[in-house]
Amino acid sequence: MSGDKIQLGHGSGGRMMAGLIHDLFKRRFGNPFLDPLDDGALLPGLAPGERLAFATDSFVVDPIFFPGGSIGDLAVNGTVNDLCMCGSRPLWLSAGFILEEGLELADLEGIVGDMAAAAARAGVQIVTGDTKVVERGQADRLFINTSGIGVIAHQVTLGSRHLRPGDRLIVSGTLGDHGIAVLSRRRDLGFTTPLLSDTAPLHELSALLLECCGEALHALRDPTRGGLAATCHEFAQGSGVEIRLEERALPVRREVAAACELLGLDPLYLANEGKLVAAVAGEAADRALQTLRDHPLGREAALIGEVHAGKTGIVAMRSFLGAWRMVDLPAGELLPRIC
Amino acid sequence: MNLAPFRDPGIAAWLIAEIHAAQKHPWVLMETCGGQTHAILRLGLDQLLPRELELVHGPGCPVCVTPAGLIDQAIALAGCPGVLLATFADMMRVPGSAGTLFEARAAGAEVHMVYSALDALALARRMPKREVVFFAIGFETTAPGSALAVARARREGIRNFSLLMAHVLVPPAMRALLQSPDNRVQGYLAAGHACAILGWEPYEALAAEFGVPIVVTGFEAADLLRGILRLVQMLEAGEARVENAYERVVRREGNTRAQAQMDGVFEVCAREWRGIGLLPDSGLQLRPEWAAWDAQRKFGDLASPSAAASECISGEILQGLKKPPACPAWGGRCTPAHPLGAPMVSGEGACAAYYTYQYIPEEEGPARHALPEGLTR
Repeated sequence: MSGDKIQLGHGSGGRMMAGLIHDLFKRRFGNPFLDPLDDGALLPGLAPGERLAFATDSFVVDPIFFPGGSIGDLAVNGTVNDLCMCGSRPLWLSAGFILEEGLELADLEGIVGDMAAAAARAGVQIVTGDTKVVERGQADRLFINTSGIGVIAHQVTLGSRHLRPGDRLIVSGTLGDHGIAVLSRRRDLGFTTPLLSDTAPLHELSALLLECCGEALHALRDPTRGGLAATCHEFAQGSGVEIRLEERALPVRREVAAACELLGLDPLYLANEGKLVAAVAGEAADRALQTLRDHPLGREAALIGEVHAGKTGIVAMRSFLGAWRMVDLPAGELLPRIC
Repeated sequence: MNLAPFRDPGIAAWLIAEIHAAQKHPWVLMETCGGQTHAILRLGLDQLLPRELELVHGPGCPVCVTPAGLIDQAIALAGCPGVLLATFADMMRVPGSAGTLFEARAAGAEVHMVYSALDALALARRMPKREVVFFAIGFETTAPGSALAVARARREGIRNFSLLMAHVLVPPAMRALLQSPDNRVQGYLAAGHACAILGWEPYEALAAEFGVPIVVTGFEAADLLRGILRLVQMLEAGEARVENAYERVVRREGNTRAQAQMDGVFEVCAREWRGIGLLPDSGLQLRPEWAAWDAQRKFGDLASPSAAASECISGEILQGLKKPPACPAWGGRCTPAHPLGAPMVSGEGACAAYYTYQYIPEEEGPARHALPEGLTR
């Protein structure tokens, strides 16, 4: 490859772009669906009774490398996790890159390497892609869009409209790790933490929950932007129920609590990139919790709340003193470009 | 600082039981600081205290008491070519008489959000061709930072930096509340962080003159409950002293270095409080020898004052005369997304605290104000 920075020619459709595709994308992502490098990938059909899940997500995180991962990890895990939350087994991803002229090639290579490793870990293939280069200043280093397809072989339908009074809410681990890890590297915040982003694929956790709970699993959601609070509001509004959380049950790392204290933030609202929230029928809650805890990504899973008929669309929390309060949605621009 | 004991449920439950045991008569208490109001509502302390103990919420929300005219001035400055206005994020959504700083920014004005006055000074250092104006709002807590920034600007010869002064002081506002014929508050939780700077001597005169107990109080569960407990005990005993229940942060004389920093740069002046009116000796302005860093002297008064008609009753809210849910607009026409007044905007405003936190489960309605489980009087 010529030069050590991305130039406009890398997106021109000519020789430079062909070089980038062959020497980087095909070399790192290569698989039988991608390798012909046609305009699209030809994928196998479904078995009778199977359904498809389809999801897309764009990634603009700043900075592109942060403790515990990079925009490449997020780009794969983010869409993989969206597919998992639909109850599907993720299989194929597309990857669209918008590169800023002047981006270090070494950075792009690192990010593509992270994507390849994350795809291998999640058991998905990147089967089609696209690259555009924009003039310096028209993007910030690089943005990535991924879309993905997953297959649903079972008959359970998950969704934020399927919660019922009596359900219990389970979170698969500690809250806010990603938000604080990214914030700690923001240019002008001036604090550091040993904390790592929790970015991870949730395909094994979601499959285990489906296997263990079946119809008793009502909804899955990965609490990314807006954190647990936003997820609970989606559940409460989607199903017309009231959600009650227990503050004492929320798993939060000491470092996250300390950083929140310093910055005036609340872990309820911080982004996570490797956690899921499950709404499970009451009778299945204990075995769902145990199933999560038996997996390395779910060791700190916790029962955090209950679904009530109560007031539609409300999220409340019992404080550690035993008194009640509302959990509101964040009002506006809380932490832009967190994923 | 390990804050765990101050958030310990057992310690809090013990303090709550002590308050229930000490309280014999109905009392009206005011927490003066908006941070305390939010902590009380977030923790749900009002649900755990005896019914005959009424907490009302005071004027200690710096964003709320900043007059609309100064916000108009900030917006006008931010729209001047070459000027960059630096402000705490809380100020962005507070309506002036004709809009907010957020709206001004969307319309092209140069507004940056900062965490401190020194961050604003850093902007001035980085952009020597711009005039950086810091919107200096807040009580004794933030005023030393503004003074420090100006002192550094002079030392470093930075001339493209100035303050739009809106700083206010707590004790004169408390005096105004105590003098009001409508006042029904019998004991005060003084704002811990403001006292950390000025100490509590200014409050001793108020306690003696008006015969009210005042307790310097912090922001964690145990801090607030200790402050309330001492107030109840003093009221029941007919005492009116100033006590400190925030020992880990506040000393009697306050922070003398911060006071010296402020005295060197600022002098006391009369200041208008939004919704309350002009209070003598309640604000800070730059001393004449610091005029070069005073945005109002540098740029003149750009905004023409206009009285905006609003149904916001923030004056009564800030003086503790009414509670937010008593306002006809609260929660309906006035919400954090569409605020009619500052107390619905700010992270320290009482209206926002009620809107954000207040929740009583339907089935537990009548049972609130009972003792927490497992405790007896």
